[in-house]
Amino acid sequence: MSQVQDYSPSAKDAGTAEDTVWEQKVHFIDSVPRWIAMTFVFVVFVGTWQIVTSLGLVSPIILPTPMETLRDMIFVGQNLLTGGYMLGALWITFKEVVYGFALAIAIGFSLGVLVGETAFGEKAVMPYLVAIDTMPKVAFAPLFVAWLGFGIESKVALAAFIATFPIVVGTAAGLHAADENARMLFKTMGASRMQTLIKMKLPTGLPQIFTGLKIGAVGVMAGAITGEFLGGGKGFGELIRVAASQLNTPRVFSLILYLSLVGLAVFASVVWTQRKLVFWHKEQVGRDDF
Amino acid sequence: MNAEVTHEFSGAPLGTPVYELTHVSKTYARNLVVALEDINLTLRKGSFTSVIGSSGCGKSTLLKIMAGLIPPTKGRVILQGKPVTGTRRDIGMMFQQATLFPWKTAVENIVLPIEIRDGKAAAKQAMAKAHQLLDIVGLNGFENVYPNELSGGMAQRASICRMLITEPAVLLLDEPFSALDELSRDMMNMELQRICREQEATAFLVTHSIQEAVILSNEIVVLKPRPGRIAEIVEVDLPRPRTLDMMTTPKFGAIVDYIRSLLDKGEEM
Repeated sequence: MSQVQDYSPSAKDAGTAEDTVWEQKVHFIDSVPRWIAMTFVFVVFVGTWQIVTSLGLVSPIILPTPMETLRDMIFVGQNLLTGGYMLGALWITFKEVVYGFALAIAIGFSLGVLVGETAFGEKAVMPYLVAIDTMPKVAFAPLFVAWLGFGIESKVALAAFIATFPIVVGTAAGLHAADENARMLFKTMGASRMQTLIKMKLPTGLPQIFTGLKIGAVGVMAGAITGEFLGGGKGFGELIRVAASQLNTPRVFSLILYLSLVGLAVFASVVWTQRKLVFWHKEQVGRDDF
Repeated sequence: MNAEVTHEFSGAPLGTPVYELTHVSKTYARNLVVALEDINLTLRKGSFTSVIGSSGCGKSTLLKIMAGLIPPTKGRVILQGKPVTGTRRDIGMMFQQATLFPWKTAVENIVLPIEIRDGKAAAKQAMAKAHQLLDIVGLNGFENVYPNELSGGMAQRASICRMLITEPAVLLLDEPFSALDELSRDMMNMELQRICREQEATAFLVTHSIQEAVILSNEIVVLKPRPGRIAEIVEVDLPRPRTLDMMTTPKFGAIVDYIRSLLDKGEEM
């Protein structure tokens, strides 16, 4: 201790020793636990909502109060838990989402490998995929209804159609992620094309493939609901459409909230699989994975 | 040292030609750039040869041709009596980056060449040998560690093991330690020398560092750029095995200076 003081120019009293200690400033937000920060935003949001509605700034038909919405959420929750008609509707939408996503993964991954691995795919197929990807895919909904009817098939098709492209792009990008050295190494080891693909390129590209899957998981939900809006059926989207046409806005809000749980479940399952499979990737636990 | 690991790679005695390059040229047709012109080179068994030259002198091209990764435009490359017409099993390669695959443990990375060549069962059998190799490079206890947890030097040690597991006749080294700090680099170079001597391996090193080339090699191939051709093959007659102390001797300094003067001449042209 005395040695430390010897080096400081004015080491006369005990007070100066503290001057040599760095005071590390902790930013306020870093000292607040996450859940408190999140609760704060929630309270501000609901508070603003309450003020706007109770001051009568917005017509109650357009925007219900938070209380009304909560009441309706409880009602819808009871209906779902007791196996009411809403649970059936949710089950239909859930099936559309799951089937649509499975289809999108199968098609998207296959096309991604074709485009990312073969020169033919990259030259001849990719331009068409890019062209189709730039089209507003929702515009195809009436076609799917015409081809596949008003059942869940047309919704599955639209959901898969929207989710396929990000998976194609993610897979193709992933297959290009391996660096020159890794390729050379596999070549010098005498690896076949199949071995190079399965043992090196695909594992290397998993982070990009999962990025595609996550974007796809969000799109598949939008596809299923849009499909129900435009093609009828008995799903949750239809419930929302009916509630909206009756100007039952609290119902619309609560239905959307429950619906988002389905989307969250699909997304979470992708993130979970990614954590299991891509445990080695550092950025994997980044900010994009909630 | 275990007999299984230290066995000779081929029956031939030290000093017999392993690699023979005759009139090797490489032209990149599209832009008519001559990367290499009339390279004649013989590597003898157990020898350590370095190739040095400024960037763009065709060092990497030469290495890729020798490895069978790209074909020469003209000339022949013979390895152990057979022409090189593609990648070969008797060649081991190492790069500037360790290029370990992060989803495999150290030992799984090391047996990867066996897995590719002979399948998973053979790779399992090669595990014991991989452990011995890890011992040799001082990495025992790190068998089941993932590459992310290894330091740069440790990762390169593991990649040496991966190169050695197939018992290649020649080691092609593309600036293997240039990404390491100087201390680890010197240490790894001495390690490399020891391994090469133990395995009686024929080594061919591409490097930017004159010191590194001189301390390791019997022969240094100095390349001139545009088009890449051999300026001179310098014999290094320092006694073997080399030690790091030799780097301070006048003789070492003289050889370094001589090679630098050759490289400077090359730059002027």
